[in-house]
Amino acid sequence: MNFPLPGIEAGPEIVSRSDARATNSAAMRKSYIARVPIYPKSVHGTFRKLKWIAMSVLLAIYYLAPWIRWDRGPGEASQAILVDLARERFYFFFIEIWPQEVYYITGLLIVAAVGIFLAAALLGRVWCGYACPQTVWTDLFIFVEQLIEGDRGARIRLAAEPWGVKKVFKRVSKHFTWLAIAVLTGGAWVFYFTDAPTLAHDLLFGAAPWPAYVFIGFLTFTTYSLGGLMREQVCTYMCPWPRIQAAMTDNEALGVLYRRDRGEPRGSYRKGDLWNGRGDCIDCHQCVAACPMGIDIRDGAQLECINCALCIDACDDVMDRVGRPRGLIAYDTEANVERRLKGLPAVFHFIRARTVFYAVIMLLVGSAIVLGLANRSTVSLDVIRDRNPDFVSLSDGSTRNGYMLKLMNRSGFERNFELSLSGVRPKQVRVIGIDGSALPVNVSVPADRVRTLRLLLTVAKHDVRMGEQPITFTLVNSLTHEKASVSAVFVSGSGS
Amino acid sequence: MNKEIDPHTATETTGHEWDGIKELNTPLPRWWITIFWATIVWAAVYWFFMPAWPVFGGYTHGYLNHSQRDDVRNAVVALKTERQGREVALSNASLEQIEKNPELLQFALAEGKSAFADNCAACHGSGGQGAKGYPNLNDDVWLWGGKLEDIQHTITVGARSTSPRTRYSAMPAFGRDNLLKPEQISDLTEFVVALSGRPADKSAVGRARKLFADNCAQCHGAAGKGDRSMGAPDLTADSYLYGPARQDISDQIWNGHGGVMPTWEGRLSPETIKSLAIYVHSLGGGE
Repeated sequence: MNFPLPGIEAGPEIVSRSDARATNSAAMRKSYIARVPIYPKSVHGTFRKLKWIAMSVLLAIYYLAPWIRWDRGPGEASQAILVDLARERFYFFFIEIWPQEVYYITGLLIVAAVGIFLAAALLGRVWCGYACPQTVWTDLFIFVEQLIEGDRGARIRLAAEPWGVKKVFKRVSKHFTWLAIAVLTGGAWVFYFTDAPTLAHDLLFGAAPWPAYVFIGFLTFTTYSLGGLMREQVCTYMCPWPRIQAAMTDNEALGVLYRRDRGEPRGSYRKGDLWNGRGDCIDCHQCVAACPMGIDIRDGAQLECINCALCIDACDDVMDRVGRPRGLIAYDTEANVERRLKGLPAVFHFIRARTVFYAVIMLLVGSAIVLGLANRSTVSLDVIRDRNPDFVSLSDGSTRNGYMLKLMNRSGFERNFELSLSGVRPKQVRVIGIDGSALPVNVSVPADRVRTLRLLLTVAKHDVRMGEQPITFTLVNSLTHEKASVSAVFVSGSGS
Repeated sequence: MNKEIDPHTATETTGHEWDGIKELNTPLPRWWITIFWATIVWAAVYWFFMPAWPVFGGYTHGYLNHSQRDDVRNAVVALKTERQGREVALSNASLEQIEKNPELLQFALAEGKSAFADNCAACHGSGGQGAKGYPNLNDDVWLWGGKLEDIQHTITVGARSTSPRTRYSAMPAFGRDNLLKPEQISDLTEFVVALSGRPADKSAVGRARKLFADNCAQCHGAAGKGDRSMGAPDLTADSYLYGPARQDISDQIWNGHGGVMPTWEGRLSPETIKSLAIYVHSLGGGE
């Protein structure tokens, strides 16, 4: 569909002009108007290559990560990355997190959030352009579309054609491939939540638990509809990040930018024309044709732009052909465009108050997580004192308190511990279910389990104080001497 | 079809006009309309499969003939079936056997705990801590014995209950029934205080020695140690069902309070009573 625009004289143009228009720009979007389909034209170049690499690496991680094995001992899951909801464990290679330690996840989310802020402050929307699942899968779906239906022109012609055998065949194969990818996407997701080989076997033989099928179905639906049917609408209407990002960026942040200082005034270019007194933009609309978001990058920074950089490749190609230097559209900052317009040299300020601030926060939270994980103990003790009754007065004047002890063995092996107590002189210690309970009490805890014990502590009348007495329970690993101590109180209504 | 376009807003009108004011046609978003129609289709599907419409003499049952009452009935039956094995085991095993079997013990404790909350907590407190006049089940003081069998029997027959086999004891109302004079009751109060090892008026204790032997020792024993076969409390223990203060003790001698515990035989199954006995025994005071 290449033809000269009306009002412009036909001539030997070096680059054919595209009729692509910015259908998704704010000015074009009206309420109650159905979506105008976008047919992005394929491009070749540095950033397209970069995007292929990013897509391959990210998809490979997504599909293969659950299959990595990691030996943690006989009592533990052997999957490297596993969110074990049933047994309430989160595994990531050498890291194992129990529900009590969910603050590590909080820390990780903070690092991830600040990381994306930092990336936005330095490089603009690199997340949106290369790494966001919406972008990766949409890119993959557009690739499939191109394979089956051809490039932009062919797709537009196909859409305009009346329904026939060829159109039906192409459309059906496209949607079928999309659905297959969507099923595989949902199918890979569930492997993160249970042992992958077992689940794969169960899924094939119809023996998997129903939530697995429900989630595969749900993710098939979302992948197919978001990646295949909704595409740029997800970014434009549904995603909060463009709005947040708009508030977090500044004009020193890199972004995919049309250098209007160099491009304007734009105009058509025919062989032999002089470049004096005009900009380098030949108004060929190739950047618009390549845009998967359906915008015109020359309108400046805009919410709809995901910074995928495909327009850079499209424009560089055109600049090569008309013999002008590359980079009319490039990663640049708004501030530099302003500087060049004033005749100043371009400078990049990567170290700014906000980038330093984000980096410091990331470093602080990151070190806290690393320190916490490095010093993480595999033995832990929780003590919950009975509150009902608060204490029991016995017939000889002594007082008894009850405690619920939770002994946590976070290793992959059954281990023995010694439980002892300090702070009061016990008259009697009874651990329900364990015979001969003289302190220290020897307790074994199965691998990767919590053992709950009920302990009754009696203190004689002459040793007891009215109110609260601080006491300490200590759990020591008999072999490694790894220790966990917990402060508690002994409460009495009598005594001095 | 009206296709008039409003010149000011460039929007189609509906053709409705009131006093020269025309209504613009600004339809709802397509996704909204789609969901709206989908819900109507869904309603029709629902009517076909599920009970929906009232008709004379009942209602349309729908293809699936679903009933939440049946669900509850089935759930109860399923629960009973699931429990049956353990209930039978519970009924066949002796109390000691149950305590030795971890799986059965866990089941009995769970059943006992929930039965306690339903039936016993109103008087004995949710943690079995008791209150004035209602025995604390956590401590080591037992009127009728704290062994598993004793507890099981007490729950079965109750105390001062309607059961012919009830645990029964009655403390005379020495003051109210004019069996003793007020000053004698004061002396006895000092005597009882002294029994638990607390400081008391020595002369009053001396005066009360004979009074105690004549009036109290028959049940509470010559040394005041009590007698479980009669449900007579140990007066030397640092524990008082009706309170430790002199005023409380004197009030008890004057009025001879005695609470009532109902018989649970016939109201609770023997298995539930077993579970309750094991639960109460596990609270910490069991012998």
